[in-house]
This record gives sequence, structure tokens and C-alpha cells, in this order.
Amino acid sequence: MPLVTYRDALNQALKEEMARDPNVFLMGEEVGVYQGAYKVSRGLLEEFGPMRVVDTPITELGFAGVGVGAAMAGLRPVIEFMTWNFALLAIDQIVNSAAKMLYMSGGQVPIPIVFRGPGGAALMLGAQHSQSFEAWYAHVPGLKVCTPATPADAKGLLKSAIRDNNPVIFIEGEMLYNQKGEVPDGEHLVPLGVADIKREGKDVTLVAHAKMVAVALKAAEELAKEGISAEVIDPRTLRPLDLPTIIASVRKTNRCVVVEEGWSFASIGSAVVDGIQRDAFDDLDAPVLRVSGADVPMPYNRQLEKLAKPDAAKVVAAAKKVLYLG
Amino acid sequence: MTDAVTTSEHQPAAEADALRRMLRDMLVIRRFEEKAAEAYAHGKIGGFCHLYIGQEAVAVGTMAALRPDDYIMTSYREHGQALARGVSARAVMAELFGKATGSSGGKGGSMHIFDAATNFLGGHAIVGGHIPLVTGVAFAIKYREGDQVSVGFFGEAAVNNGAFHEALNMAAVWRLPAIYICENNRYGMGTALERASAIYDVAQRACSYDMPAEVVDGMDVLKVRDAVARAAQRARDRYVPTLLEIRTYRFMGHSMSDPIHGHYRTKDEVEQAREKDPIHTFADKLKADGVMDDERWQTMEAEVADEVDDAVRFADESPDPAPEALTSDVYRDGSS
Repeated sequence: MPLVTYRDALNQALKEEMARDPNVFLMGEEVGVYQGAYKVSRGLLEEFGPMRVVDTPITELGFAGVGVGAAMAGLRPVIEFMTWNFALLAIDQIVNSAAKMLYMSGGQVPIPIVFRGPGGAALMLGAQHSQSFEAWYAHVPGLKVCTPATPADAKGLLKSAIRDNNPVIFIEGEMLYNQKGEVPDGEHLVPLGVADIKREGKDVTLVAHAKMVAVALKAAEELAKEGISAEVIDPRTLRPLDLPTIIASVRKTNRCVVVEEGWSFASIGSAVVDGIQRDAFDDLDAPVLRVSGADVPMPYNRQLEKLAKPDAAKVVAAAKKVLYLG
Repeated sequence: MTDAVTTSEHQPAAEADALRRMLRDMLVIRRFEEKAAEAYAHGKIGGFCHLYIGQEAVAVGTMAALRPDDYIMTSYREHGQALARGVSARAVMAELFGKATGSSGGKGGSMHIFDAATNFLGGHAIVGGHIPLVTGVAFAIKYREGDQVSVGFFGEAAVNNGAFHEALNMAAVWRLPAIYICENNRYGMGTALERASAIYDVAQRACSYDMPAEVVDGMDVLKVRDAVARAAQRARDRYVPTLLEIRTYRFMGHSMSDPIHGHYRTKDEVEQAREKDPIHTFADKLKADGVMDDERWQTMEAEVADEVDDAVRFADESPDPAPEALTSDVYRDGSS
């Protein structure tokens, strides 16, 4: 299998789906002439023209709504947010328009649309550019939420998201665009709602999504040096959440740590822990612990920022604690 | 449709049927809304219920200038637009009653009437939130190189929010076939336009987008029809969007929980506006032109009363949605 960057895997997915279906178009800030703020849309304007690769004014609410309207009339828009931080301006369109249209129209008006762009913290970008909003969208019935951690998942999930008949929130890792990984040749689809076991193990389950998958894998390596076998589960899609795969792992390991970059209160981790205590209560040998972003706006200072983010050492410490080794 | 290019030089005899049809459509809305108010008082309709009484000429004049394949979107005061577009009184009333036979299966309610068959793409209940959707539908039309128009209704209070500005700016930059209809009924709930907007003439805002605009007398159904026809022509022929400020007046309170005048306007003001009642003035005009007479009017009144009574009876007798409807239509199965 060829090694492909996460960025190029997304680019392949867009290119293939736009070639497959003339109703698919890409719209957002700097997606065309500039070739994408993160170069995900490189070459698409040249290949598909300005009607299908549409540069917008800086108007997130407006162009998110334009996307929803186009979907109401039967197109399949892919709306790029330069980052998910800016999408807060568009959340009315995502929640009140996209997520609810099918329901409040009594099933008459589906909204097949993808809202995509990078989320999570990068490096020293400060409070307004470093946040994880997946829990906000996963909260809303009518939306699906994807957070791919690898190039292969990025490509396979984006292709499935574009074909899906519902609004899909697709949160890419701002720090993952340069990461390389194997991507299968030919048509590669990853179904929404199916978790992936990124590393098998038997002593403790680490549940992590997006950029935190790499953190969990690094923690698993550290734990292995001490003879502890950690299993890493990546839900890949947060709504619908593949709880059965997580439960099956916890039934095997009897211990679990949930890792996420976002804030801990009312979060993805809360939902995962809720499912585990309900469906695997008798299998647990220790309380489920969580490693989350610090409960503060992201600081700019390098050292403070490091303290605010989950890292492998924090995950190792939590894993040892649920194994009563800490 | 030949009506779509009619100018203000009307030939009453030639289009007598169309004119009587418009009068009837306005009357249906009026009587429908009166019955809705009654049903609300009896607890048959819940939640918020915003009546269209006084504004009938805006919806009816607009629809008379459009084609069946055009698209309509509107805000939450939308019973009138749905009826004028051709959604049946039964389906609209049943939706107000929350019944399974309603236009949205009872899951939308008064503020969310949808009818895909007539391209009636909803009542939307966040002020201004649907204006970008109108632009999006217009984008889809141009994307497919079609000649339909995307028509959006909203109140004058919506023009002070960002969604209005963002949506009109993009429609103008990209030259999209949209008609933005500001139904200026003077009050955003209880706040008069001049207390909320730095510019009194909403139509002037179109200058910011280099977009054609008109101020239209919304109490005159023919003037509305002509203005919308001109805008539709620009959109179909040249992909030019238009902002129409249609000046109208709400004879009732903002919603059923709001008295007719309250603290924000006087009884005299409401009574003066009622003297320009769009239905009575149009009926008088048609009588003067020989298109209507007293007998025809009485027959029309009786037929409309029957139609609305039938809608109420239908809504009342229809079943509630089945419990399974709670969880259907959250997601659409399948993929492209």
C-alpha cells in the first residue's frame, strides 16, 4: 500500500467523490484559488472549475446556510471551515437548519451535507484557535460526527460521509495533515459508526479518538516496556458511537481509560463512560478514568499549553492507576 | 405563465378568472387564520401561533407571479404563504393541530410547514436564519443552469442580523436567481422598525449589494404581483437577485399570546391600517371593474367558509402521529 499524507488522503477522497457524483461540490474560504488554507483542496479548482470549487467571503454562518439550502434543492455540498473554531458562527445553521430539517419536515427534506475542517489544538495558537468541539455536535440528534486519526480513515470516512444522506460533521486533525500512513489502493470506504482496534491488548483498554489515538498508542508502547498490554480502541465516528466494540474490549481487559483532547465536562468521555458503566458494570475491576484537556481556555505559553494537553505520560499514569500500580 | 409578465396596465376582463382567484386565495387565508385563532383558544392548537391577517396580499400576489417549479421558503408566520402556494387547507390545519395528516406529519407545527410537492421548503423559526438557505437554493438552481427562482420571505426585523447581510451579499457576488421578500409589517414583535434600524427604508440596504430593489405597497395584491414578476424575470433571464420591501401591516398581535395593539402601538393606528384592508379594497376594485358582484362575493364567502370548516373538521378528526413517529425521520437511511 502506498504511503500517503493525511492531507492527500482527504484530497483523494474529495477528488474521487466529485468525479463520481456531479452533485458534489466544495465550498469554503480559500478552497479554490488559494488551494486550501491547509492545501486539502489542492488542484480541485483546476480539475472541477469555479462552480464546483467555490471560494466564499469570510462568512461562516452565511456559507454554511448556503450549503444547507443547496442540499435542500438536491445537491451534496461539502462545506469547508478553515477551522472548527470559526464554525461557532455557523452553529445555528448546523443545529437549527441542517440537523433538524428532515425531522421537522416530516421526512420530506433530507440534508446530505458534509461540514469539514480541522479541529483540536495545534501549537501556541492561543485560546480562540485551540479547541475541540466534537462533543457539541455529537450532542445533537440528526448529526453524525467523524474524527479520523489516520490517513486511511480520513479517506475512507470522508468518502462515506459525502455519500451519506445526512449532515456529517467531519473534524480533521490540524496536527495530522502531514502525518503519513498506508492507504489502500482503489476504492476505499470506511463505514460510519464502526470503531477500529488500533492496537490489541489484554490488560487495559484505552479509548481515544482523533489526535489522541497517537497519544494512546505511544502510551501503549510505554506500558508495553513495563509488561502491560494495552488495547487501543478508536471509535472513528462519535455519533453513531460503536459502543459494542468498546464494551467487548472492556469485558476482556476489565479496565479502561478514556482519552480526549477536549474539556472533560459533558464530553465524549462522559458518554463513553456512561455506556461502560451501564453495559459492562460487572466486568470492571476499577473505576474508569479519564484523561482530558485541562478545564481552562488554552494558554499561549508553551509550558502552560503542554500542561493543558493530554500526553502519553498522563495516559500511562492513568492506566497504571486503573491497574492499581500507580 | 402569462401572468408573470403582466404590467400594471391590467386588462381586468381578460384576466378576470385570475383576479377572482387571487381574491379567493386571500379570503381563504383570512378565514383560515380566524378559525386557527378559534382553535387555539379551544386548546386544539398549541405552542406559538402567528397569524397572517392583514398581510394576505403579500403571499397571494407573490405566488401569482411564480411558477410551480420555483422554490419558496419563509419564516414562522407562514400559514398564508403555504395556502397561497397551494398546500391544502386540510394539510396546513392538520399540521397546526399536530396531527399525522399534517403537512409535516404533525412533527413540525405552526412554525414548520413543509410541502415538497409544491417546493414549499419550510417555515423556519430562527429570525433571519433561513435567508442563507434561500441563497443556497438559488445557488443550486444556477449550479444546474436552471431558470427557476428561489423566493424567501422574512420580516423587517430580520434585516438587522448577520444572516440577512451574508446571504444577500453572496447572492449578489455570485449572481444568483433569488428574490428576497421583506414583509415589512412595521414591528418585530413589539419593536418598531425605527427603534431597531438605522435606515428606515429597508430597500435601501440593497445598495450595499449593488442589487435591484423596490418598495412595494403590500396592501395592493396587484402591485405585489407585478413587482415579483419583474424580479422573477431578472432572475430567470439574467441571474440577478432582487430585494423587495413589501410594506404591509399585521392586524393581529405578534402571536396568539399578544394583544392586538398592546403597549407598542395604538388602537387608532391598527384601525387606520384596517381601513386599507387588502381583501376589502381588492374586492371593491374588482366590483368597480365589473369583475365581481355581490352575488359572486356571497358565493365565494360561502365556499371559502365551507373549505375552512372542512379543514378544521379534518384536522380535528385526524389521528395523532403513532408513537413510532417519535424516532423516525431523525436520520435518512442509505447513501448515494
